[in-house]
Amino acid sequence: MHHPDFVSPYIPNTESDRQSMLSEIGVSDLNELFSDIPEQYRNPTLNLPRPKSEFELMSYINQLVSMNKVPGDYSCFLGAGSYRHYIPAVVRSLTSRGEYVTSYTPYQPEVSQGTLQTEFEFQTLCAQLTGMEVANAGMYDGSTSFAEGALMAARITKRNNIVILDSVSPSYIEVLETYTNALEGINIEILSLDELANIDEDTACILVQQPNFFGYLEDMQKISEIAHSNGSLFVVYADPFSMTIFEPPGSFGADVVVAEAQSMGVAPIFGGPYVGIFACKQEHIRQMPGRIVGKTIDQDGRDAYVLTLQTREQHIRRERATSNICTSVALIALMTTIFMASNGKKGMKHIGEVIYHKAHYLSSLISDLPGFTLPLEGTFFQEFVIQCPIDPKVINEKLLDYKIIGGLDISKSIHNGMLVCASELNSIDEIHGFVAALKEITLNLIGEK
Amino acid sequence: MHVNSRRLLMDRSVPDRIGTTLLTCDVPIQPLPNNEIMRKDFDFPEVSEGEIVRYFSQLSQMNFSIDTNFYPLGSCTMKYNPKLNDEISSNPGFANLHPLQPESTVQGALKLLFELQEYLMEITGMAGISLAPMAGADGELAGMLMARSFLLDNGGEKRKTVLIPDSAHGTNPASAVMAGFKVVTLPSDSNGNTDLMALKELANDELAGLMITLPSTLGLFDSNILEVIQIVRDAGGVVYGDGANLNALLGKVKLGEIGFDVMHSNLHKTFTQPHGGGGPGAGPVIVGPRLKPYLPAPIVISTTEENSTTYSFHSPQNSIGKLGAFHGNFGALVRAYAYIATLGDSLGQVTTDAVINANYIKSKLSDAFDLPYDRNCMHEVVLSAKTLKKDYGISALDICKRLIDYGIHPPTMYFPLIVEEALMIEPTETESKETLDDFIEVMLKIALEAKESPDLLHDAPHDTPNSRLDEARAARQPFLRWKRSD
Repeated sequence: MHHPDFVSPYIPNTESDRQSMLSEIGVSDLNELFSDIPEQYRNPTLNLPRPKSEFELMSYINQLVSMNKVPGDYSCFLGAGSYRHYIPAVVRSLTSRGEYVTSYTPYQPEVSQGTLQTEFEFQTLCAQLTGMEVANAGMYDGSTSFAEGALMAARITKRNNIVILDSVSPSYIEVLETYTNALEGINIEILSLDELANIDEDTACILVQQPNFFGYLEDMQKISEIAHSNGSLFVVYADPFSMTIFEPPGSFGADVVVAEAQSMGVAPIFGGPYVGIFACKQEHIRQMPGRIVGKTIDQDGRDAYVLTLQTREQHIRRERATSNICTSVALIALMTTIFMASNGKKGMKHIGEVIYHKAHYLSSLISDLPGFTLPLEGTFFQEFVIQCPIDPKVINEKLLDYKIIGGLDISKSIHNGMLVCASELNSIDEIHGFVAALKEITLNLIGEK
Repeated sequence: MHVNSRRLLMDRSVPDRIGTTLLTCDVPIQPLPNNEIMRKDFDFPEVSEGEIVRYFSQLSQMNFSIDTNFYPLGSCTMKYNPKLNDEISSNPGFANLHPLQPESTVQGALKLLFELQEYLMEITGMAGISLAPMAGADGELAGMLMARSFLLDNGGEKRKTVLIPDSAHGTNPASAVMAGFKVVTLPSDSNGNTDLMALKELANDELAGLMITLPSTLGLFDSNILEVIQIVRDAGGVVYGDGANLNALLGKVKLGEIGFDVMHSNLHKTFTQPHGGGGPGAGPVIVGPRLKPYLPAPIVISTTEENSTTYSFHSPQNSIGKLGAFHGNFGALVRAYAYIATLGDSLGQVTTDAVINANYIKSKLSDAFDLPYDRNCMHEVVLSAKTLKKDYGISALDICKRLIDYGIHPPTMYFPLIVEEALMIEPTETESKETLDDFIEVMLKIALEAKESPDLLHDAPHDTPNSRLDEARAARQPFLRWKRSD
């Protein structure tokens, strides 16, 4: 629709520019430019609202935002794949630079050295964090890195069975199922630790999450040995901060390590955009999915960076590519790079420790509450399962009255189970408030019964 | 260019420096586990905050970007990315939302997603949508998995062949294969349209469908499109539309109305999510009635009871499943929403000006360069340097590198594959006539330089942090991370 008063701030052409350009082009009527579109379908009505001014839109957005209950205003104890951490101001400041935000994939390396060199830094930091030889420039998120890790293992071993330990997050398994449903021959088996002994000569890999979905550490040495003695690959989905204090999967001979990097400098932002880490042994780089930056020299012998090993990728190899992926989520990878660089060796380790202390302090208080237990044994990191005396769904609803967003209801896996996460953003007051609220809610509700 | 700007973080590292303050731990210290599982070696940079800011600021200045340069990169739709959208997307009331919060606590976010679903269905004339795909290629994979499920439910076990035009993006064949299909390349005719004779021969009972980009990567709207769709549908196939070039269609035609079953839209192209140096993007998959039950999870639905509407996530009946851990790239979806809300029902003006701008460049440059298809183009024009190559040994690459000397980002080169020495130019609607005139002048000057001083082109670019790179060396001796030098 035409609104005489509306001029798009994003379009510089004026009516007189258009007329003069149309006459240079040699058409008298704009419609001539669109004459290839079948006439009966041309120029349909767009039934959209009228344009909004910047101020109007901002007001409407504020109205939408006011309908949300936002962590920060609420204390929040959710984790399960998306984690809240403090983001230093330099991260937002540097990653807001238009030169990073509004550039394209660095296919023209002479005018993209900024993006390329930061991607090389990302690859370096990811390799160091995971204890692996190499890493690529980034994947959509941790869950798709996980799925691609399984597919890569099948390509490398030329085997078809993908074995997943049963403590892996159900949502990552669902993503893997989406990725493999259509691929003939590929099977997924979900096994317990004891059942891993049953893998056979068609097992491509064992996939493990470290710490697992419930927050606890797996026995990496043991599973690595089971996989390798069978000629299968050992593929690990690992939490970034856990690798700053615990031995990383690379120390246990992992062949592929994937991770969700969101916790390092990226807001939870309702689930995305995030960025997946994909690291592996050097010998497997030609089977890797995704974008890879390599170091080389220019005609004058100076150091330079460039996209490399592109014959794996869809824009060159088309139907024979290692994956259809065409992004490396560069801007989000940059956020995590600057976060890792800022916190550095000391800060990264320190965050890992603080998270550990917070989670363990919280767990010790909850386990002292009447009716609450910690049903799982072992070492956990930043999250843990509590068994509640009543349905966690009911508790979570009541917690909102205390301005608290509780942990994740996992009663489908563990009776009355709640997966609780703490980070440095949960102050001691928040932790005490949460524990007091759990006590009050359950006492009242059990009392009512 | 600064002397030390190429020094990597690890080479800047000095023990005991740090780039941010350490967090205080306000709870009692808890006993750590036994020493055996604790990490011993942790090699990571130690750099101060000011050094980090200067390093990453200097690096950023080595990039061309839309904010700083004209960037007529064909098929990538490098239009201006409104700052307003960034501000809205980073609103703490969105940015701090955890993806697993109870639905009752995220009604504002869900309402925005619901409205965006409605807008995108209206723009494309489709019947269903999922915002879950995290990129264009992810939308393609979702769409082709849905096609597969639909075919299997309708007795199409034998239908394995997907036809893809020779001008298509590489993601199309790669996505089709990941969805379990085999790919057959469909030739274009001499006008740049689909070759109807070839299509008819391939439209048999093994046909699963067609993946077609409209307008094509030649920048042309296939004038036989209705017939193409009819042939595929009559043969029992599914018609997939690659929406990479949707910027050419806003308010001009709706793919749903002309018979497409499924398409994706690259929100980072048409709807101004910034490209970010290569992501993040978002690639919602949008469908007609036949494929609606198969949409990837989740979609957002609304329920109205007693004048109060609530919004919730929903997994469609025969969903192909989840594509990622959560619900898609919300931050990118918010930007697209803000863009559409700002332009509203005037959105069609975007396409009008994108197409005028491309045709203007075509009319001004078609004498100096080869024009493989002499007809009106849509939002981009594909030229060729074939004659300059033959007569003066100047390639499309040389022209592209010389453009850099003039502060202009090169167009897409050597693509589509069916055009020799291709230069694919997409100006977008956000560039002024003055910018286009400057670009045209530079291109004409370069065409002249090709004849008079070809070395200027062979040696270009001249003023960048790096001259042309040894790309073969990078692939032959992969050097993919910093290593301590001995």
